[in-house]
Amino acid sequence: MAEPILEIRNLKKSFGALKATDGVSLDLRPGEIHALIGPNGAGKSTLIHQIAGSLKPDSGEIRFAGRDVKPLDVAARARLGMGRTFQVSSLAPEFSALRNVMLAVQAREGSSFRFFRPVMRDASLTEPARAALARVGLSDRADVPAAELSHGERRQLEIAIALALGARAFLLDEPMAGMGPEGSQALTGFLDGLRREAPILLIEHDMDAVFALADRISVLVYGRIIATGTVDEIRNHPDVREAYLGEGA
Amino acid sequence: MSRETIVTALLVLGLLAAPFAAQAMGEPFYITLATRIAILALAATGLNIALGLGGLVSFGHAAFFGIGGYAAGILATHAFNGEPLLLGLPGTNQMIVIWIAGAVIAGIVAMLIGLISLRTSGVYFIMITLAFAQMIYYFAISWPAYGGEDGLSIYVRNAFPGANTLVPMSFFLISFALLAAGLVLFALIRDSRFGAALQAGRQNETRLAAVGIVPFRIRLAAFVVSAMMTAVAGALFADLNRFVSPSMFSWHMSGELIVLIILGGVGRLAGPLAGAIVYVLFEFALGGITEHWQLFLGLILLGVVLFARGGVMGMLAGRARHG
Repeated sequence: MAEPILEIRNLKKSFGALKATDGVSLDLRPGEIHALIGPNGAGKSTLIHQIAGSLKPDSGEIRFAGRDVKPLDVAARARLGMGRTFQVSSLAPEFSALRNVMLAVQAREGSSFRFFRPVMRDASLTEPARAALARVGLSDRADVPAAELSHGERRQLEIAIALALGARAFLLDEPMAGMGPEGSQALTGFLDGLRREAPILLIEHDMDAVFALADRISVLVYGRIIATGTVDEIRNHPDVREAYLGEGA
Repeated sequence: MSRETIVTALLVLGLLAAPFAAQAMGEPFYITLATRIAILALAATGLNIALGLGGLVSFGHAAFFGIGGYAAGILATHAFNGEPLLLGLPGTNQMIVIWIAGAVIAGIVAMLIGLISLRTSGVYFIMITLAFAQMIYYFAISWPAYGGEDGLSIYVRNAFPGANTLVPMSFFLISFALLAAGLVLFALIRDSRFGAALQAGRQNETRLAAVGIVPFRIRLAAFVVSAMMTAVAGALFADLNRFVSPSMFSWHMSGELIVLIILGGVGRLAGPLAGAIVYVLFEFALGGITEHWQLFLGLILLGVVLFARGGVMGMLAGRARHG
């Protein structure tokens, strides 16, 4: 079996008496989409924050691309290749879609201490940025400020930024949220192809998308992973049915 | 050419033309007024890098303005009386050397202040920068070697190769050239990769970190560059008045620089210049009528903040656009 790109071992994080992450172990292998599902308040966001570096775990291990990333901050983990999208879109609102992606391109090159050359005339920034926008279908919106994009377009833009970063793994936090049925379908098709480029840790509420895409599913309940397995295994898992899928499945 | 470019060019050319018109009309006093505008605009352009591009509301830029001023005053004093400075270095009356000295010292001080204050944000950042500037202000007051509270006179305006700096027009042209250089530098930084990161950090710090750029380093560099430009303006200001005093370090001065930017347009290339023109002309026109002219300035500022967020540039050139 291929070496996992992301490996989490026995991760713990408490807020006072609340065990938000209670001994979570999880891995992400090349070429797969690993979906993380769980009811509201299960600790999915807390987990993502710890993986991305914006929250410090109390104990446990996080290894990414063969390195212990616990001492690294958000920016350093991003430079290692964590391509993260946010549950609520997080963009530079005054910048156009193109400039938002260009920022990722320059970050990837590690070249933010250049003071004189105008970015808009720098093809080494604009070309890769336009290519990433084209892949998510935002080419004709390149010059629109991020603040004026629709909700769905902002989600697409976040994915374009992660693409431009040359991510080695994608952490997608509810990319389907608020997309509408057509948007979700298009995005599902897109993510399906994306896994060949880099594996995806997908946090998602949209069960149709999860069941259509996931190679493996982990179910998080009260800070613990109660089951990990293929779509069929999870569908038929008694604890999962009880705890989460409940009446719906 | 965009409307913003046209307005900016008109303001710059207007400032350049004004002293020549004044001279032709036999009103040399207005040359000094234009020089004052150029110097204040340069100081505020420096601050505009931190405040306008980076969103770093420094309420302590008087520290750097004053450091530039004292660099001019102290070096000139030693050149005048022939006594060596620290480590046996001589003083100098050469403006170019003074500018470099002022900018370098301000840069080092800004690095130290920034290392501490940039760990905070919002109101805390405002207060910490204010606190550092006040510390330097009280230090200057209690430093008898260089005049303490009374300040320091520069008996002969410092020299510039090939120019008689005592001729008002020559000194104006020197100040104007530095302002022009400052504006070019601001525009280059704004459009560069560094500027992109700096502005993105103002808009959304989380996003900047998520693509792998550490906001702190970008801001520290911006704060240092910003301080260095303001320090050069401080040195010119000292030479304009041929006098330096602790008031250059006071929080009024920091506030005045912020006011210039808000009046003119935050983050706009010509914002500080537009603000300085309005401010100095106001001071001149109303200051002659009443010593409470700042009351009226306050009302205008209130109007700008409430009704014309983009300041003068917002009114003349419309909303700012980012490529």
